[in-house]
Amino acid sequence: MINKRFNSAAEAVADIRDGATVMIGGFGEAGSPIELIHALIDRGARDLSVISNNTGSGQVGLAALIANRQVRKMICSYPRSANSTVFPDLYRRGEIELELVPQGTLAERIRAGGAGVPAFFTATAVGTVLAVAKESRRFHGREYVMEMGLRADFALVKAEKSDRYGNLVYHRTARNFGPIMCTAADTAIVQVKEILEVGAIDPEVVVTPGIFVRRLVEVAHPAQESRLVNEGRCYP
Amino acid sequence: MARRVARDVPDGAYVNLGIGIPELVAQFVPAGREVILQTENGLLGMGPPPPAGAEDPELINAGKKAVTAVPGAAYFHHADSFAMIRGGHIDICILGAMQVSAAGDLANWSTGERDAIPAVGGAMDLVAGVKRVFVVTEHTTKSGDAKIVAACTYPLTGKAVVDRVYTNLAVIDVTTAGLAVIELAPGVSFEAVQERTGTPLIDRTADASPRRQSHHELSTHP
Repeated sequence: MINKRFNSAAEAVADIRDGATVMIGGFGEAGSPIELIHALIDRGARDLSVISNNTGSGQVGLAALIANRQVRKMICSYPRSANSTVFPDLYRRGEIELELVPQGTLAERIRAGGAGVPAFFTATAVGTVLAVAKESRRFHGREYVMEMGLRADFALVKAEKSDRYGNLVYHRTARNFGPIMCTAADTAIVQVKEILEVGAIDPEVVVTPGIFVRRLVEVAHPAQESRLVNEGRCYP
Repeated sequence: MARRVARDVPDGAYVNLGIGIPELVAQFVPAGREVILQTENGLLGMGPPPPAGAEDPELINAGKKAVTAVPGAAYFHHADSFAMIRGGHIDICILGAMQVSAAGDLANWSTGERDAIPAVGGAMDLVAGVKRVFVVTEHTTKSGDAKIVAACTYPLTGKAVVDRVYTNLAVIDVTTAGLAVIELAPGVSFEAVQERTGTPLIDRTADASPRRQSHHELSTHP
């Protein structure tokens, strides 16, 4: 019988090892799998390469993972936020690497990685510093730059609910990177508010088909990052 | 400025608004026009902010502020969102600028300073993929330096991507002949605009119909 349910976030991330590449969903706090990230902090894996649009805020979630010195390199589009100094401080001291990627290129690199496409050409960033040293080619009279597909060992994603097979539906703009990250990781780990029986989700509304999901963790009442930040919380 | 830009957003347009002054354009779209706002974090049909207390931290715009979804809205993931942008499906994007060059180059993401944390977001995707790129900006910096210049000194967001610039002094088209002033703010002379601009301007304010680059003509309702 297919059962992707893990009893805790800790069990679900227990084999994330030092040096792993981890995709982390979310656009700001929307869709950020905060309980899975905190479990990864408890787990203590270091030297991680993290692919995520931002670098977290305050001292919780992704910012806390970075503050705990577990991340060697960030691949992201927007590593600043109004209320976090964790990444900027480390970056200015030269203690964390950054690969800056335009947001759409980041999404397409993840999509490509998940679809078995090793590289593609895009007009985004042509003529800018982010295209320097990249292969370029002309198609139909316009210049394009080559970008590589991205894959990861693990993806940490937050969805609204799933069924036992891992079919997922999301909540509003928390969907953002979740569906594509599930496709691009060897092991996609998804936290949901509720795991339903098979057949409980209309196949017409499934956003991420279960084939892309390896592990499910039920977190009925996920923490809200902005609330933790406002309360001045610090993880661990 | 936002009110003036809104006049050039035609009925039926799919529009992406940047953070800051561009956000204000939404509230000035003339009555009777149906305009669909896209926000690149994953919503087509973005509505105004919700009343205090009704915010959902999982319903936000690209500036990470709480918004609403209008009837007929759609949510989608990032690859679909940027397929809309990079695939040429969005009609207009309206964004701010640090500098715009005579050739329509845009710099709006980085000062290039050694100590700055580089952060680009979706700006490079928008200018590369959206059909028409409108820039809204104060004509000069706070210290009075020209923002419309012969060549950008800040790192580029895109090369030859800007179609039109709206400032507090004028509306300026990027044409193959150069930058053309097509409209002046009330009480402002062409000479005053030229004086505050770092590159030669063409005076087309006398023309009845504004000139545009012909490869994507826009039906406006002036």
